[in-house]
Amino acid sequence: MIYLDHSAAPPVDPRVIDEMVPCFREHAGSPSSLHRLGVEARGALDRARGRVAGLIGAGPDEIVFTASGTEADNLAVKGLAQARTNRGRHIVVSSIEHHAVLYAAKTMERQGFTVTQVPSGGDGVVQPDEVARAMRDDTILVSVMRANDETGTIQPVREISEIVHRHGAAMHTDAVAAVGRLPVNVDELNVDALSLSARSLNGPPGAGALYLKAGTRLRPQVEGGVQEEGRRGGHENIPAIVGFGRAAELAAEELPGRIDRLKRLDESLLRGLKGRLPDVVINGHPHKRLPGHLNLWIPEADGESLVLMLDARGVAVSVGSSCAAHASKPSHVLMALGRTAVEARCSLLVTAGPDTGESEAEEALDALVEVVGELRAIAGVTA
Amino acid sequence: MIQPVLTLDTYGLLCPVPIMKTAAAIKEISAGEVLEVLADDPQILEDMPAWCASNGHALLDTIEEDEEFRLYVRRVK
Repeated sequence: MIYLDHSAAPPVDPRVIDEMVPCFREHAGSPSSLHRLGVEARGALDRARGRVAGLIGAGPDEIVFTASGTEADNLAVKGLAQARTNRGRHIVVSSIEHHAVLYAAKTMERQGFTVTQVPSGGDGVVQPDEVARAMRDDTILVSVMRANDETGTIQPVREISEIVHRHGAAMHTDAVAAVGRLPVNVDELNVDALSLSARSLNGPPGAGALYLKAGTRLRPQVEGGVQEEGRRGGHENIPAIVGFGRAAELAAEELPGRIDRLKRLDESLLRGLKGRLPDVVINGHPHKRLPGHLNLWIPEADGESLVLMLDARGVAVSVGSSCAAHASKPSHVLMALGRTAVEARCSLLVTAGPDTGESEAEEALDALVEVVGELRAIAGVTA
Repeated sequence: MIQPVLTLDTYGLLCPVPIMKTAAAIKEISAGEVLEVLADDPQILEDMPAWCASNGHALLDTIEEDEEFRLYVRRVK
């Protein structure tokens, strides 16, 4: 199987698994316990915290471990908003955010907050000017993602942060899709909170984190425990967090090489597409894009059919949005780009990983050209 | 006028976390100096006097404003 669905479920790096296995095999104490096993568990947790913090240029105390990137987004939107009601109740999010942010914002609306959604341009980029226009005196929180998980389009977070801070509001960015594919540094981005997950670093499922700048007020959402200094209760998932730490360490070491490799892969895929399927268009910005992440609009070729036909040829890819796959609902991100519902359905998400080989990409391209031809022939379309 | 040398913001955190963080923060200052603790869990109104009494520190003042509390603890020893 040629696996080009890394954004949906990135495989766990064997080196990460190696570091996790002892956490299961050897009895681990609770990091909150005072005895020797507890101290060892605390040490493992602290080491992982340092590694995750190191990847994004944060301090270890600024990392709050969660169970997922989705939980980190929820904690950020709800927790930052609820901690700022003395200043106002207006929240700004972009319309292309992950549902973790959009639905959390919706919940805040039901709690009496007002939410403004800032649209993206047709190129998938959220314009800082649009965010500036949405800001009000009572705006307390803005959330704009670092890179979109569907189109891979990179957002001008630093420029937006500047505007947000000028208004005295807090800035959150969902960097789940970006970490592991882009260098992410919290100081450079100048954000107050940033979500990331272990999975997108080829780490295990079950671990995410919220970076929370020192001194930033937050209302915890999972209550009932002193873990994470009271910011997120619940016994820590030590094996997953240890794996997260190792994955973060590997990403920090290997990121430049991974980016180079993925960019070369993109170039050869796009060159091949241009010659063989010239009507294919990149959804989102053509250059400001995560490496190894191609969301393609393939006119007159239904995305779901393509996925199934490619699967039969041993190639795994996704429709435009992994979350929309079972809902048969056109992706809100692609619709925001101005695609019609029909066009959005004719989209394919092809995401390579650190180990994807050049020859695999070529084989996948051959298969794609073939199935698009077959599908269009069935539909009576000539390319 | 009380002059704290360090402020600990425990906003959003529920007891016992503010007390745990107070215990850590008091070690950062010298005897005679004052720590300011910000909190919004009303439980601190019971817990802080109890903690100060059992640890030999002096709770100088507690101010309530906009559903938030500012507590001033002098490190005694």
